[in-house]
Amino acid sequence: MAVSQPYVSVRGMSFSRGDRLIYNNMDVDFPRGKVTAIMGPSGTGKTTLLRLIGGQLLPDSGTIMVDGHNVPTLPRKELFDLRRKKMGMLFQTGALFTDLNVFDNVAFPLRIHTDLPESMIRDLVLMKLEAVGLRGARHLSPAELSGGMARRVALARSIAMDPEIIMYDEPFTGLDPISMGMIVKLIRGLNEALGLTSLLVSHDVEESCAIADYLCLLSDGRVIGFGTPEELMNEGNAEVRQFLRGEPDGPVPFHYPADDYRRDILAGVN
Amino acid sequence: MLAKLLNKLQAVGRSGTEAIEAIGRATLLLKNSLFWGGPGSAGFYDLLTQIYSVGVRSLIIIIVAGFFVGMVLGLQGYNILIDFGSEAALGTMVSLTLLRELGPVVTALLFAGRAGSALTAEIGLMKATEQLSAMEMMGVDPFKRVITPRLWAGIISMPILALLFSAVGIWGGAFVAVDMLGIDDGAYWGNMQSSVEFYEDVVKGIIKSVAFGVVVTWIAVYQGYDSVPTSEGIGKATTQTVVISSLAVLGLDFVLTAVMLGGV
Repeated sequence: MAVSQPYVSVRGMSFSRGDRLIYNNMDVDFPRGKVTAIMGPSGTGKTTLLRLIGGQLLPDSGTIMVDGHNVPTLPRKELFDLRRKKMGMLFQTGALFTDLNVFDNVAFPLRIHTDLPESMIRDLVLMKLEAVGLRGARHLSPAELSGGMARRVALARSIAMDPEIIMYDEPFTGLDPISMGMIVKLIRGLNEALGLTSLLVSHDVEESCAIADYLCLLSDGRVIGFGTPEELMNEGNAEVRQFLRGEPDGPVPFHYPADDYRRDILAGVN
Repeated sequence: MLAKLLNKLQAVGRSGTEAIEAIGRATLLLKNSLFWGGPGSAGFYDLLTQIYSVGVRSLIIIIVAGFFVGMVLGLQGYNILIDFGSEAALGTMVSLTLLRELGPVVTALLFAGRAGSALTAEIGLMKATEQLSAMEMMGVDPFKRVITPRLWAGIISMPILALLFSAVGIWGGAFVAVDMLGIDDGAYWGNMQSSVEFYEDVVKGIIKSVAFGVVVTWIAVYQGYDSVPTSEGIGKATTQTVVISSLAVLGLDFVLTAVMLGGV
């Protein structure tokens, strides 16, 4: 299969929540085997996009092709098969099962989806835990883990079934610098070691630019910039540059639309 | 004025359609989770775990409550029956009251408060912490994995708990009547044995408790699964579980009693 063919391909996709149109006729491709960071202001529906790709939400129209399968039209059973064989997702909070310890959390998908003997499951789980550096924490319960550790365990769990694509929902939020560094290293390392396609939803410009091959900037339900971090930094339009440089004023105004300031103030006097 | 009236009318209509939608969602949940099978279905071990947390952990409250209810029945029944000189029928009265009515109904009410609210809170929290979403993304169907074993654990546990409640209650009644008030031992147990019928009284009571088990557990898992995943939403859902399932049990009890007695 050609390397250039995108792993996820979204065409003419619209999605609305209530009366609010979140995506309007959007087209975007996510290249195979690369780390793509999906960025944009809060409330633009970045996490929603991951849920649409994972089939947890259905678009109003359009196609979402994941490795040749149109997710919105897949029957329930085939959708579950696709998720099991090809997809992994890391949730913002880790979403570990609180009634299972670290080892059993990572073993959970293996025990359900495979008939492997327990000794082999043990080996696989220890390998995954070693990859995230938590082999020694296998007996801890999720309540005993720090935020960064919980996310690393969740990462080990989401790669347990060797997915082809892994989606990270805000993996850097609320982490201390050391944990953040570990997650950054892991995302990049896993992508190279396993040849994964990685999608990453984040606000952190610095971290995202450091590990992403491509940036995809969303605003108001459309893609306003797609390219390598350098390209966008230098050549992106004004809105893209404002976002990437974190400037408080620009095409996205600092002020909420209002009447003329002078007239507004003086109106109170009269 | 007219606009206000129209608004009120709209609000009534909206709450009506919302209620119907909720019933539809609850029915879909039951349809999707009543039977085993499908991707990532739970096994026998999960069912046992849930029977433990739903049923076994409710044992203490059921046994203690059953004992007290039986003692009160013995005391009250004695004071009524003694006026007619028929205190020998006390065993019959206590056992029929418990097997036909109080056993299934009080057990269901306690079960809703003890196990139903816990189920709602547990599933609601699993939803709030994205555990259910994580399961879906692993290719595991949360209906089959989370809801099915809990639903069946409730359906299986309820009749057993109700029978235990009745048995302990009858024993509590005997404790008051025979040991404290001095009714003849043989009269209490003998009259009970000759007048309680297996099908008419025991089996019909079991049928009631199975029906209550389905209703209470169904409401509990639905409220948890459909809750707004915030602390406020889960609190509200837990309250709703207890309120709705208590009312449903009492209403359904009337319907079932009417059908079984064939009177109304």
